[in-house]
Amino acid sequence: MVYDLIVIGAGPAGITASIYAVRKGLRILVVTKDIGGQAAISGDVENYTGYQFISGPELAAKFEEHLHKFNINLQESEAVVSINKAQDGLFGVKTERDNYISKTIIIASGKRSRELKVPGEKEFRNKGLTYCATCDGPLFRGKIVSIIGGGNSALDAALQLINIAQHVYIINNTSNLGGDVVMRQKVVSAKNVTILNNAQVSAILGDKLVNGIRIKKDNKEEDVAVEGVFVEIGLIPNSEFAGLVEKNELGEIKIDSYNRTNIHGVFAAGDVTDVLEKQIIIAAGEGSKAALSAFRYLAEKE
Amino acid sequence: MAKSVKVYSTSTCPYCIRAKQFLAENNIQFENIDVSADHAKAQEMIKKSGQMGVPVLDIDGEIIIGFDKERMKQALGI
Repeated sequence: MVYDLIVIGAGPAGITASIYAVRKGLRILVVTKDIGGQAAISGDVENYTGYQFISGPELAAKFEEHLHKFNINLQESEAVVSINKAQDGLFGVKTERDNYISKTIIIASGKRSRELKVPGEKEFRNKGLTYCATCDGPLFRGKIVSIIGGGNSALDAALQLINIAQHVYIINNTSNLGGDVVMRQKVVSAKNVTILNNAQVSAILGDKLVNGIRIKKDNKEEDVAVEGVFVEIGLIPNSEFAGLVEKNELGEIKIDSYNRTNIHGVFAAGDVTDVLEKQIIIAAGEGSKAALSAFRYLAEKE
Repeated sequence: MAKSVKVYSTSTCPYCIRAKQFLAENNIQFENIDVSADHAKAQEMIKKSGQMGVPVLDIDGEIIIGFDKERMKQALGI
């Protein structure tokens, strides 16, 4: 079976692209590791038009419900290994389990959490160290925790944890917290928060579970007793499988304003691309643009 | 005979929601344990799985960490 379009990823960009493509009458397949992408693990969302306030998981559930409204071929929990050019101007998508053939591809595989790369990180993953405050935060009720990072995702984690944990340390490696002013003010004014600026984490400590972090600040090392470590130091694009297309120095897929990559017939959308801002609403909009571009490409070919 | 299925979860975790959806879609009865509300059960989950991430599924004593559809299918025999 030759599909008109294969969408890789089912976050806001992939889901929106799929909905647009199906409504245009394209035969599509969606291949994805998970549903909802980073939106599903976001905290509170207050800037998605139409929803004054919605949680990330709830918004992702709405996206998914919308996707399932259409009869879309969906391969979930399936990671793409590579994409390649096949015969007759078609493309191959190779996954862990299968090979698929399509006339066009939209890459919407998003980003994932960047790792700290310090001793103890791997050993204590899910043993007190986590990359998802929304998922695992509630397990740290009444405990002393630390958040590593100083941008919006760190602030988002902090806003969730100040209501759960006994005390929250924020370990920020620059001289001031970044992120949105509104979020920052809420975090800074919380009574149970200590912000350590110009500080780096050099190791995660523990026995069976995490019991501390080693911090380097002003050329001195110090151990802080914490039971939770939330790593929020930014994101890296899930673009390793996309060797076929051109990327920037961050590994983001380069696109033009039509969401075209350098390979005709291969489009990309959302956080995996070099689009200027990474926002849920932008990813969704980019997904719709990519689908319309793919539709136009197919129409012109036939 | 129906298998005993326990899901250790939190209400906010998306993979917990997906795991529970998957069980419901397959008409499998399960006990949902909210570890954010029940400290003793949270400790029980950590002891059983040796880790703190949710969801954890206990299917007749077989412990599955995370939403792993294939392993769930195997353990459930579906």
